[in-house]
Amino acid sequence: MFNLDFAFLNWDFISKFVVTGFWFSVQLTAIATLGGIALGTVLALMRLSGQKWLVIPAVIYVNGLRSVPLVMVILWFFLLVPLLIGRPMGAEASAVITFIAFEAAYFSEIMRAGIQSIAKGQVYAGQALGMTYAQNMKLVVLPQAFRNMLPVLLTQTIILFQDTSLVYAIGAYDLLKGFVTGGKIYGRVEEVYIVAAVVYFIMCVTLSYAVKKLQAKIAIIR
Amino acid sequence: MALDLAVLLNDDGGGRTYLQWMFDAWGWTLAVAASAWVVSMVVGAMIGTMRTLPHSPWLVRFANAWVELFRNIPLLVQIFIWYFVIPKMFPSMKSIPGFLLVVFALGFFTSARIAEQVRAGIQALPRGQRYAAMAVGFNTYQTYRYVLLPMAFRIILPPLTSESMNLLKNSSVAFAVSIAELTMFAMQAGEETSKPTEVYLAVTIMYALSAFAVNRIFAWIEKRSQVPGFIVAGGTGGGH
Repeated sequence: MFNLDFAFLNWDFISKFVVTGFWFSVQLTAIATLGGIALGTVLALMRLSGQKWLVIPAVIYVNGLRSVPLVMVILWFFLLVPLLIGRPMGAEASAVITFIAFEAAYFSEIMRAGIQSIAKGQVYAGQALGMTYAQNMKLVVLPQAFRNMLPVLLTQTIILFQDTSLVYAIGAYDLLKGFVTGGKIYGRVEEVYIVAAVVYFIMCVTLSYAVKKLQAKIAIIR
Repeated sequence: MALDLAVLLNDDGGGRTYLQWMFDAWGWTLAVAASAWVVSMVVGAMIGTMRTLPHSPWLVRFANAWVELFRNIPLLVQIFIWYFVIPKMFPSMKSIPGFLLVVFALGFFTSARIAEQVRAGIQALPRGQRYAAMAVGFNTYQTYRYVLLPMAFRIILPPLTSESMNLLKNSSVAFAVSIAELTMFAMQAGEETSKPTEVYLAVTIMYALSAFAVNRIFAWIEKRSQVPGFIVAGGTGGGH
């Protein structure tokens, strides 16, 4: 039907071409999420610190990265990071650094909203107990901010997972590249795109279903 | 590392400077983004409206499925499917230019996000609005056309602003199927001139300026379309 032939899709194809790329996409998503949230939280704290010398760099960083297409950011990092560290760097390693740095800009906006959603009384209560700024953040504000923003953070992770396919621009071997490479060798160039779409679709739908469940659970506890 | 921006004035071997080439590429970026924007707004408004229809469960299901389908597949994969797979499945579509296929890919991808905003906007209206329309004898079409949608669109202008800016940025993915837009220019000219830093810098500025222009246009629309006393003008913003 429709001139398409999916007979190539066997374990041999999957183990040879898809598995490596699949793991890279998953790892890239996981590392970029954790790294992005960590760096993003620092950026959010800088932005909310009220100190000009911390606020201005954070604003420039976040707004700068958010006004440029991800593909351009991927190209930029692939070009600049080797210049900065003085030795060549693989596309995969470059992709990891890029996604941590890029997603941090988006995660920082989420964390900023999360921190601002905490009632002022919480901070005052911490201060009344004699907590320092750091203690107050670590023990009172951030745990609640994370919890409030967990669904949004995870939704951003789903977007991130889809965005990892853009490492195509620098030729890193991710899930999509795995399908494309295999498709070329098996002479099934068109069919692999449909299979790739199905795999991405199932993963993203499953994840967003899980987020919805989690959201309902959090809402009840609160 | 000194920048050598004069490299943009070099001839690209085809009788035009790299600067001219870049402006041509900018034109393609704007053309792709603007056409896809129209597609995404028309389809997104229809799908978003369908999701809120009171007595049409099948239309609601269809619209929900539409949103899930186009939201959960990476844009790059969707572009490849439109560009490579659909012409192969339907040979009659082989004559459609690649530009149009990319416009549909980007437009439908964004329509899912617009539909989500439109639905949220309609549902944010007080239920009394719908009842008021029923009370004056409006049918469903009239209810949406004259009562619900005009207010819903005003409410969702801020998220529509950021979705439109996202669409402009997402048009960069068209490089993958060799549309001669800005990112494609960045990659090719960067290689040809051996001065990728300068070329990327120029392209990045073009993107930032374009995104800023979109932002200003929407701010203007928001101001012009304000209903006095109804919606307090907020800043533009919203999620990615």
